[in-house]
Amino acid sequence: MEGNEAVGWAAYEAGCRFFAGYPITPATTVYNTVLRLLPPVGGMVVQGEDEIASMGLCLGASMSGLKAMTATSGPGISLYSEHISLAVAGEIPLVIVDVMRLGPSTGAATRGADGDVQFLRWGNSGGISGIVLCPVDVKDCFTLTMEAFNLAEIYRCPVFVASNKEIGMTRESVDLAALPRPKLVDRVGPPADEPYLPFEPKTEAQAPYFAPMGGEILSRQTSSGHGPDGYLAIDPNVLESQAKRLKDKLEDNVGKFSFYEYDRVDGAETLLISYGVTARAARRATAQLNAEGKKVSHLILKTLWPVPEKVILEAAAGHRNILVVEMNLGQYVREVERVVKDKPVSFYGRMNGQLIKPEEIKGAVHDSGK
Amino acid sequence: MTLENKASLINENRPPAFCPGCGHDRVVKGLDEALIGLGLKGDQVALVSDIGCSGLFDTFFSTHAFHGLHGRALTYAAGIKLASPETTVIATMGDGGLGIGGAHVLSACRRNVDMVLLVLNNFNFGMTGGQFSATTPPDAQVGSAFLNRLEKPVDIGQVAAAAGATYVRRCSAYDKNLVNYIREGIEHKGFAVLDLWNVCTGRFVKRNKINPKLIEERLSLLPPLEGAVEANARPDYATAYAKEAGAVSRLDAPVSYDKQVDPPTDKRQEVLILGSAGQRVVTAGELICLAGLAAGLHATQKSEYNITVLRGPSVAELILSPIEIDYTGITAPTAVLALAKDGVIRRKAMFADLSADCIVLKATDVDIPETAARVREIDFKALKIKDQDRSLAGLAMLAEDGETLTMAMLDLALGLRFKGAVLESARTLVAQATA
Repeated sequence: MEGNEAVGWAAYEAGCRFFAGYPITPATTVYNTVLRLLPPVGGMVVQGEDEIASMGLCLGASMSGLKAMTATSGPGISLYSEHISLAVAGEIPLVIVDVMRLGPSTGAATRGADGDVQFLRWGNSGGISGIVLCPVDVKDCFTLTMEAFNLAEIYRCPVFVASNKEIGMTRESVDLAALPRPKLVDRVGPPADEPYLPFEPKTEAQAPYFAPMGGEILSRQTSSGHGPDGYLAIDPNVLESQAKRLKDKLEDNVGKFSFYEYDRVDGAETLLISYGVTARAARRATAQLNAEGKKVSHLILKTLWPVPEKVILEAAAGHRNILVVEMNLGQYVREVERVVKDKPVSFYGRMNGQLIKPEEIKGAVHDSGK
Repeated sequence: MTLENKASLINENRPPAFCPGCGHDRVVKGLDEALIGLGLKGDQVALVSDIGCSGLFDTFFSTHAFHGLHGRALTYAAGIKLASPETTVIATMGDGGLGIGGAHVLSACRRNVDMVLLVLNNFNFGMTGGQFSATTPPDAQVGSAFLNRLEKPVDIGQVAAAAGATYVRRCSAYDKNLVNYIREGIEHKGFAVLDLWNVCTGRFVKRNKINPKLIEERLSLLPPLEGAVEANARPDYATAYAKEAGAVSRLDAPVSYDKQVDPPTDKRQEVLILGSAGQRVVTAGELICLAGLAAGLHATQKSEYNITVLRGPSVAELILSPIEIDYTGITAPTAVLALAKDGVIRRKAMFADLSADCIVLKATDVDIPETAARVREIDFKALKIKDQDRSLAGLAMLAEDGETLTMAMLDLALGLRFKGAVLESARTLVAQATA
């Protein structure tokens, strides 16, 4: 199956019962898959009139208590922006799949890229975002999508699955039954014996309890700056503590959802950091380099945002220099440079719609030490 | 809903606080009375409000509330209603929201989700300084100088009816029957649009002569819109959805394939099929993957074709490997099927780098660039093989060659992919190609 199909199956297994989306290559097969999985079990799949509506439909459905998902690519994620911001501010659980394609703008619908990586973090007003998970292959598409639903429920925020045309539309043989499945988690409702405030941080994750629209407890949702009661707030302290909590609840807890693979090689001078489909070429490149006697360690990040700083710092320790390889003109390397201040960080990237080749990465590793 | 709910749903802690004389007040009271009349309690109602003065509505009521972004109220309202079908969902939106959210209004009319849209239509952007909106008359004096004189105002009622709304009413917010009209809209099973004309005392009234009497006069000049639109009558979205969804057959669970035969080699195989639309290149790619699975191999498949799916090149990239496939790109093809000019052109740069270990099966009517690879010609015309069968025939010859896949693997793949008469004809074609 292809990565997009795996996303659809994972959503189904995670209990997703609402999907709204607008057709766009290379994400359409997510929509096609859920269209055959959700209706037979009472779930809804709606084609929005545009991407803005698709997000709005999902936000409404999520506030009514359903696990919801949408899927798009570059031009669509641009239109998602205002509603990403609302999902963040309103603490609305939602899984957003971005099957990235070559940009800028319309770019090339059938060419891969990892060009939205910084957009997913900063591409909404206000400067706060959700969690971004990044699959390497079809297996990850499945497992990380399930994790994404759990994280959306726990932290009450949008969770992105940052896929790539080269994963989403590449078919791979996979043993679906054998893949790890996290235990499913649901959003926590308010206890009956205390007054409910829709934005009062109450759970271990610093998130509020969730009362669905249509339930016995009145639910309030608002895009306006609000206090714990969900009404417009003007007190600067209230506004600041609310905004800060939205950021902190994710950054303070990132250790609990830092997904990565780390292959540390004794005596390696260079640490190669990769993510997404590029990690697969990087795996081959590092295997060949190590076999050839050029020792290289390899860190594959699968949680991109919040930046798993501890993971990066621990992996960086003991290496002389770091090379970041990504399918864009240099985005996540900025984070690595910010986190690892005491070592030279170099970058190799391409933005031509082609996979970065193992040979290119080997060359970049050789060059990086100079 | 026959019980009379005597209790007002107005939020006692946050009573309505519009500008003195604002027509929105009438609608708040009218809505409350309609909800009381229907015996609805706060937890049975979700108010979805837009941006601007209509966006204050949700705070004045003790109901479920969703206050979102400008123009998008109907999108949340539909999501809430579809996921919580028992809830009465009411969206409030001004003429501003109507303009910026036009696509959503049209779609809501077409979709017919069972909910109500109250358009608080006061002909200008009250909150931002009285700029012109989608409904501002061209002769009005507004906060955006002459610009309103250049754009024709929209009659949302007529637009909604044309877009398929099942209930449309245009009336004055000062109409003595307002409560009944709102109640009727809520009771209507489907999407109900109420275009409620009223006076913005904060802005519009300052430079324009407008009052309830003049509103009535203006309304009387328009074709009446008085509720259910017969021509659009149909079941609401959720009802229609439930009926259709029941007929959807669930996607079959992915099938597992066990190893049944040995592969011809333990090396990674990279196969390229260079064809054109209509040659069933993608299907042939699938068959190679299935053949690999039948031999216990890992497989990947990538397809490349133009958006004009019936014209242009069609390229498939296949990898078979006894170990898990890391890099999914093609670096050193082991077999190439050159079936059409379009596909060859798409990958022409690759031919110079092919090694002598690679086999190229090339149609006699297709030219390829110079290559070190082992080239075998296939005269599809002489073999009487049709264009749409080239991929499978090429695959059969590749299996006959035996280095990439075996005939046993191909036959197992055909059995996994096809059934009945299609399987029969596929096997006949394979025999024909390898005769």
